[in-house]
Amino acid sequence: MRKTLEIASSPHVASGASVELIMRNVVYALLPVVAFAVFAFGLAALLVILTATLACVGTEHACNRLAGRESTLGDGSVVITGLLYGLVLPPALPLWMVAVGGIFGVGVGKFLFGGLGANAFNPALVGRAFLQAAFPGAMTYWSPAFTPGRFSELPGSILTLPFAEPAFDAVTAATPLSALKFRDTGTEMADLALGLTSGSVGETCAVLILAGGVYLVARNMMNWRIPVAILATVALMSLVAGAVAPGAYPDPAFMLFSGGLMLGAVYMATDPVASPITNAGCWLYGLLIGALVVVIRFWGGMPEGVMYAILLANAVSPHIDNVIQPRVYGTAR
Amino acid sequence: MTAASTPLAMFRTVVGVGMLCALLIVGVYEATALRIADNEARALESAVLEVLPQAKQLRSIALSAGRQIVDAEPADQPLPAFLGYDDQGDLVGAAITAAGMGYQDTIEVIYAYSFEGSKIVGMRVLQSLETPGLGTRIETDPDFTANFDALDVAVNAAGSGLRNPLTTVPQGTKTEAWQIDAITGATVSSEAVGDLLNQSAQLWVPVLVRDAIQLMRLADREEQP
Amino acid sequence: MSNPSTDDFVRGLWRQNPVFVQLLGLCPALAVSNSAINSLTMGLATSFVLLASGLVISSIRSWVPADVRIVTYICIIASFVTCVDFTIKAISLELHKSLGAFISLIVVNCLILGRAESFASRNTPVRAVLDALGMGAGFTVSLLLIGSVREILGSGTLFGMAVLPAGFQTWTVMILPSGGFFVLALWLLIINRWQQAAERTGSPAAEGAGK
Repeated sequence: MRKTLEIASSPHVASGASVELIMRNVVYALLPVVAFAVFAFGLAALLVILTATLACVGTEHACNRLAGRESTLGDGSVVITGLLYGLVLPPALPLWMVAVGGIFGVGVGKFLFGGLGANAFNPALVGRAFLQAAFPGAMTYWSPAFTPGRFSELPGSILTLPFAEPAFDAVTAATPLSALKFRDTGTEMADLALGLTSGSVGETCAVLILAGGVYLVARNMMNWRIPVAILATVALMSLVAGAVAPGAYPDPAFMLFSGGLMLGAVYMATDPVASPITNAGCWLYGLLIGALVVVIRFWGGMPEGVMYAILLANAVSPHIDNVIQPRVYGTAR
Repeated sequence: MTAASTPLAMFRTVVGVGMLCALLIVGVYEATALRIADNEARALESAVLEVLPQAKQLRSIALSAGRQIVDAEPADQPLPAFLGYDDQGDLVGAAITAAGMGYQDTIEVIYAYSFEGSKIVGMRVLQSLETPGLGTRIETDPDFTANFDALDVAVNAAGSGLRNPLTTVPQGTKTEAWQIDAITGATVSSEAVGDLLNQSAQLWVPVLVRDAIQLMRLADREEQP
Repeated sequence: MSNPSTDDFVRGLWRQNPVFVQLLGLCPALAVSNSAINSLTMGLATSFVLLASGLVISSIRSWVPADVRIVTYICIIASFVTCVDFTIKAISLELHKSLGAFISLIVVNCLILGRAESFASRNTPVRAVLDALGMGAGFTVSLLLIGSVREILGSGTLFGMAVLPAGFQTWTVMILPSGGFFVLALWLLIINRWQQAAERTGSPAAEGAGK
């Protein structure tokens, strides 16, 4: 046993909210989302989430061993990364690609920046962004939700041998956003909110995601300003766009409940390491993400822009902290 | 070791080196100009023959300001066009280059027009900077390139344009002969190809149909005064 | 220290490798290294310009007044680049198209002006030629290393020939600009560890490392 004098900087009053405790609660909040994902996409979703989590945890462990550091598995943060990473992937993605993205996300997105507490970007999104660039075809293949055989059989692509090209089933579904962008067809509002649509494994059921977010906010374990700022900005901007050019743009409700916006706003953008520290900074950060999402969705070539919006805002967040610094008590303004 | 920086020395050096460099460039240009022109002509010709394989003789043409077909040097044209004839000098079709804005940069294509049934019967991408793996599928996706095996470009009654403008539709929803099935995931690039083809066909096809009789034989043209 | 003439040559190839050690000329190294053939062409074109301009600049170095030396060097370099541009066009239009504006941009490759200013203008033509050959070879090999990895992973081919079994899932990211950064970083990691290890054991490869 080491007998050293522990010297810590302020604050000295412990609130009891350790990293582990927060992380455990985030997992609780995510469990319904995971359960719904498996319910909607069947075994495929279960395998994707499991592989994603294992890849992230394994990479974290291996990196720590390589650098001769203490293991950081115990605090559970990498499990959250893995779960979130699994939730933003298409359900029929080959498992080897899932593993590649997880290794890249944690290895490059987190560990190269210095590991826990030092990552500039959300590692789960780094992994997904890498996959999007590396395998654009596989990352834009959406299998339909609620197929009858989803608990007994797997999509052919998911068990593709490592480094082999997947053969996707002929039946493909459009996500609500791609249907709108490329086919000009809308989606029933109730389907969107309840998650009866196609999309990434865990992004479809907006209601459950929101409920998890409310739980975390109620337990004071998440900065509510970030999701509120993001959602408010998106709603407001689409409202204004709709007023200026009626019919040309999707309405605010569709914007809020489609795609990865809910999942991104509640779980991705709130990454405590990659988001600003001050409350004012959080408002600004949320505003930026919301605005970027709207710009990419309305005028970009891609149907969805939440991932890039959050990654870009992650890059800006240290600068937001620099600009908005709390005045130290007693100093001149 | 270094020369003094007097105005004269500086002037002498810069002018001297400049002249020598100019001589060098002119020399290399003279030596390579023919090969380069030859390369360019051959590249274009092979592209033409790819979409219009029946053609044995080519006549390079251009559209004048008064919408008349005139002879032209392909090298002088930003978007060259050709009429293809077989060994007997009978018209087999036209090969026309067209360009338009893609996802990242200009896409340039060449397409073959068949007078029989007024159809586009082939298309090759000459130049594009589309996203590898997504936008580049306009060149590689067999379902997409199949669109251009027989694409209807019939002229309207007034002869002023196409009866049905070429339109790009979402993948799998093509029902008419003038529709182009897009590639899911590469919609912007697919639409770009559709738009640039439509623009070019609207311009060229009515004129080609109008003058078809005069263009029928290669020899006829040479006999005319 | 070994024979000075071999030293002039080996320096550019290894100890002061332009891309992996000096980090010069990264713009073409990242931009056109998406296939092995592009890398090779770019490397050879740059080497030729290095060689020709190094020879000429070193030969006329005693007649060039210091105040106009940069403009003179740039003029000479630009002329040779123009010649290379014409030559590549005459050899293959296809190749010229895939290298795009980057052939003309050899003019502003800091490696070339850097060697002209720091070496060719202060040394004899023979040493300048050796230095240019070494730097050119170092640049070409570096580009080839980056380009081969990117082409194999990104297209499954090497110099246009299939090297991986059919059905291999190509990694599009490797052909995209970001792939250049990933692969460059990977090679930097490998080569720096190698050089550091050589330095520690005092092997000849590390002799006089860091200038």
